[in-house]
Amino acid sequence: MSLAVPVPQSPRRVLPGFGLSLGFTLAYLGLIVLIPLAAAFLKTAGMSWDEFTAAVAAPRVLASYRLSFFASFAAGLVNIFFGLIVAWVLVRYAFPGRRIVDALVDLPFALPTAVAGIALTAIYAKNGWVGQWLEPLGIKVAFTEIGVFVALTFIGLPFVVRTLQPVLLELEPEIEEAAASLGANRWETITRVILPELFPAMLTGFALAFARALGEYGSVVFISGNMPMRTEITPLLIITKLEQYDYRGATAIAVVMLVTSFLLLLLINLLQKWSRRYHRI
Amino acid sequence: MAAVFARALATSPHAAGPAPRATQDPAWVRWTLTAVALLFLLFFLVLPLAAVFTEALRRGLGAYFAAFRDPAALASIKLTLIAAGIAVPANLVFGVAAAWLIAKFKFRGKSVLTTLIDLPFAVSPVISGLIYVLVFGLQGWWGEWLLAHNLTVIFAVPGIVLATMFVTFPFVARELIPLMQAQGADEEYAAITLGANGWQTFWRVTLPNIKWGLLYGVILCNARAMGEFGAVSVVSGHIRGETNTMPLHVEILYNEYNFVAAFAVASLLALLAIVTLVLKALVEWRHAQSRTL
Repeated sequence: MSLAVPVPQSPRRVLPGFGLSLGFTLAYLGLIVLIPLAAAFLKTAGMSWDEFTAAVAAPRVLASYRLSFFASFAAGLVNIFFGLIVAWVLVRYAFPGRRIVDALVDLPFALPTAVAGIALTAIYAKNGWVGQWLEPLGIKVAFTEIGVFVALTFIGLPFVVRTLQPVLLELEPEIEEAAASLGANRWETITRVILPELFPAMLTGFALAFARALGEYGSVVFISGNMPMRTEITPLLIITKLEQYDYRGATAIAVVMLVTSFLLLLLINLLQKWSRRYHRI
Repeated sequence: MAAVFARALATSPHAAGPAPRATQDPAWVRWTLTAVALLFLLFFLVLPLAAVFTEALRRGLGAYFAAFRDPAALASIKLTLIAAGIAVPANLVFGVAAAWLIAKFKFRGKSVLTTLIDLPFAVSPVISGLIYVLVFGLQGWWGEWLLAHNLTVIFAVPGIVLATMFVTFPFVARELIPLMQAQGADEEYAAITLGANGWQTFWRVTLPNIKWGLLYGVILCNARAMGEFGAVSVVSGHIRGETNTMPLHVEILYNEYNFVAAFAVASLLALLAIVTLVLKALVEWRHAQSRTL
């Protein structure tokens, strides 16, 4: 690929519309995204440090960080495990209805979050389809931390499956054949050859699902029950503060979340670069 | 039978050539994994979807359709259509302009711009609403100016449209940018060399090449625009019959324990999701076909 053939430099702007598309893109991006986002940071910059820490480190807020973090993390882990199996089955096996199942994986992207929220609550409530079987076992899902985890698992699944599928498709069968011909059994081929190949994509999928779960609101608020200190997620606290007209407090928490998501976005970009380089070798 | 025979051949890993079935899992593994995958999807995807329709029809068709005779429900459907009707075309024009810029020209700061376009995906829906409250709300930057000119953005339709535009901002652009980058600019160069002007080149050369990607982006953009909950919830003010979109109307009915009506309105949104998935699969299939031709 990297043979030193001089690439003829095409003149930079033969095509028309550079000025128009640049001007429009920047204006629209600025008005819709950048200026409003800047408002959050500027609002917080007007707060004193003590006021800021009082808002973002209150016990109720800390409890919500803990719940959002651990529930998103657990949902991400479950999605890596089952998402890998789903992606593997969809890429490798032929079975009737495979294309329908494949299309269905995107349901969490397409189904409005509020609809997902009330539907999951109906299923996992103590008289619901699944809840009635869990109730005698002493497992409560709706209106507990487990409910938050279930909603976030629902939301995150397509991120993991859709990140893994193209990588699985590109895996060359020759590598597996080579492993087998060198005496590896199927289990050794999977754990020593295939899984290491998939690792960057698994990590990327996890990070995408995790980032989405941290900010998720609609699917969680119905099933979580929203009990202070126990089942309040961080986005809900922003809403609660807004309803009390505490705009500064709401914005301070929002800035903590924004910084976290931007760092995650950076990490995801690095992961994707690594993943691409990893697969070119 | 053939599969059994082939697998029997492949049982000796030290056979001379690479075993033809070396990349194939044993049957019991295939069955187990398929069963696990399907069961997981059944519990996490199929059951919620089925629950929406079951709960909506719990008291029969009469109660189901009664939910749509409520003027507030009709107003919420209308508002959802208005919000998507403005946000989707706006983001479509933006997506095409941004993709043209990024795919056809070389300039500094391109990768920064690409990252900034994706930014709304990294922002929690709740924060997407909050930032507009900070700009246009009564205590916001332009709050007093808006009040002096008798304009309302927050707790009114414009705020809902803006929040919807924010959350659906990247959809079309992020479908088109990689597609147009992969296609390069050679065909456009040829058109310009042959004497076409910029718009002719775009309409006759670029657009036919990107139509499936464009449609794909619009379908996803529309699904999110109609279904957005968190962002519009913050800016809406929940005025019944005026500033409630369909998802917000679902929430209000649900919190009033009017479950049948809540799930009835939700079933429309679930139908929208199903239509979205079907269209998406069709476009993917057509796109794959047009590429192999």
